Amino acid sequence: MDRNAAHRVKRGLFKATHLTLLFLAMAIICLPGLWIVLSSLRPTVEIMAKPPVWIPREISFDAYIAMFSGVGQGGIPVIEYFRNSLIISVTSTVIALAVGMAGGYAFARHRFRFKSSIFLGFMLTRTVPGIALSLPLFFVYAKLGIIDTHFGLILAYVALNVPFTIWLIDGFFRQVPKDLAEAAQIDGCTRWQAFWQVEFPLARPGIASAGIFAFLISWNEFALASQLTRSTSSKTLPVGLLDYTAEFTIDWRGMCALAVVMIIPALTLTFIVQKHLVSGLTSGAVKG
Amino acid sequence: MNEAGTVVETAETRGGNASTGTLKAWRLPAPVLLLLPAFVVLAAVVVVPLLLSLYSSFTPFRLTRPDSIWTFIGFRNYERLFTDWEFWVAFGRTVLLLTVALNLEMVLGLGLALLVEKATRGQRILRTIMMFPMMFSPVLVGFQFKFMFNDNVGLINNALQALGLTDRAIPWLIDGTLAFIAILTAEVWSSTAVFAIFILAGLMAMPREPVEAARVDGCTPWQTFRYVTWPYLMPFAFIAMTIRSLDIARAYDIVKIMTDGGPAKRTEILWTLIARTGYSDARMGLANAMAYVAILLSIVFTALFFRQLAKARAQVAAEW
Repeated sequence: MDRNAAHRVKRGLFKATHLTLLFLAMAIICLPGLWIVLSSLRPTVEIMAKPPVWIPREISFDAYIAMFSGVGQGGIPVIEYFRNSLIISVTSTVIALAVGMAGGYAFARHRFRFKSSIFLGFMLTRTVPGIALSLPLFFVYAKLGIIDTHFGLILAYVALNVPFTIWLIDGFFRQVPKDLAEAAQIDGCTRWQAFWQVEFPLARPGIASAGIFAFLISWNEFALASQLTRSTSSKTLPVGLLDYTAEFTIDWRGMCALAVVMIIPALTLTFIVQKHLVSGLTSGAVKG
Repeated sequence: MNEAGTVVETAETRGGNASTGTLKAWRLPAPVLLLLPAFVVLAAVVVVPLLLSLYSSFTPFRLTRPDSIWTFIGFRNYERLFTDWEFWVAFGRTVLLLTVALNLEMVLGLGLALLVEKATRGQRILRTIMMFPMMFSPVLVGFQFKFMFNDNVGLINNALQALGLTDRAIPWLIDGTLAFIAILTAEVWSSTAVFAIFILAGLMAMPREPVEAARVDGCTPWQTFRYVTWPYLMPFAFIAMTIRSLDIARAYDIVKIMTDGGPAKRTEILWTLIARTGYSDARMGLANAMAYVAILLSIVFTALFFRQLAKARAQVAAEW
């Protein structure tokens, strides 16, 4: 009886610590984001207040209104930045997906010499730090005259994303049984038809998540964009964030508002992708 | 697959006209054709520019004097680097930051994954929250933590003062060591999720029987974890490590925003040093030499984890 009671107490204690730790971890994860949202909605006076104001006394959308009212009224050309970001991210994602699908299919379905070395070589191109790559790219782009253009950044992002999309898509194609495409071919499909009508639909969720992943990388990229863009004609949102910093001061509230605008598309997309992403990466890497 | 494919193709050629047969002889093999676009893009954007930068690392190239790219000075840039104390300090700091950050992320990620896996209710929502930091652009993470660690208006100092733990403002981003801790916090916050997700995926894919068998055989929970669960999770942890090491230089964004290597170069890391030498000082040749050291460092980190991954994978394949 006594041992039972002790056991029960121990169990209860264990459960309580587990819940506390879980709550703490989740709080640490959520707090910074929550703070950004709160700060974007409160007047600047409250951000600077001493002693601090924890819960905003009044909610104001001034920061958002100022931001979208354009240059001159304390805003930045956020609509242009948003447009640039969108064009560059979407285009580079589509191209990277097409290239990645071809490459991933080759790795998943064909045997050829130096296969694993080629795969490793592709991955190694991804390890080149963005800032190290930006030095020669800056020089080449300057010679070609494609600095500060959408095309230049799109090209760079395609190259950045191709190794990763190949890795992911390779994993997804490997999950599709070979027999299905073979059966389709025996039934009279060409290889091309078998791919589009049998294998592609089955791998589609995985390919979609590879696409979202590529989109997020382009959407969030900074090291290359900060050097290869100059003006509103190609600056992306991460670079635009710097517009809120002056020599010695930072407009915290405006920056928080822009941060919220930046995070919303990323947030939505990641919710959609989360399930497939992990399974794709693990199946590609663990099952060999 | 290949056999079936060739059977179909030969049947086609036999039945079809002879011209397709001659065309086929000219056609490139399928894998080459499929990999060609990837090769072309990567060659154009990564390999060729890198060769160019390799060449320019042997010249005193400055952006302001374009013709200096034709002067060949051999290894003088590298000699300069290897005797430059500032460079080695930045190099050491980078390695320290990466080692501490990756290990901390792995331990915290493991803890987080175990916590979430033990939860009986609301696992889906917990998993979603767990992935939250991954969506943040590193630049955003940088700003967010710069804001939080601000000595005047930051959340951390406000909280510490409100709780009465300190009565003065702690200069988080001004003192060298504290700034390092602040950067580390930002880095760990943003990337622990990667480890947690993969380790959680491993936990959920793990067969139950070995754990139960170990328990029946009288293992303590710690022993069960150490000798049964952990070896199984290893490959998953190493995938996360490999993925992290692939874009490890993302730390540049965070450091660039939070301190920009300052104050007085006390948080300078390799990548901020490269950017400063290349763009602010316009000494491209020297910066490219540094960049090559940084690339080698990334490759070493990646190769290390790829090897571990292969080893862990072989072990799992052998045991289960």
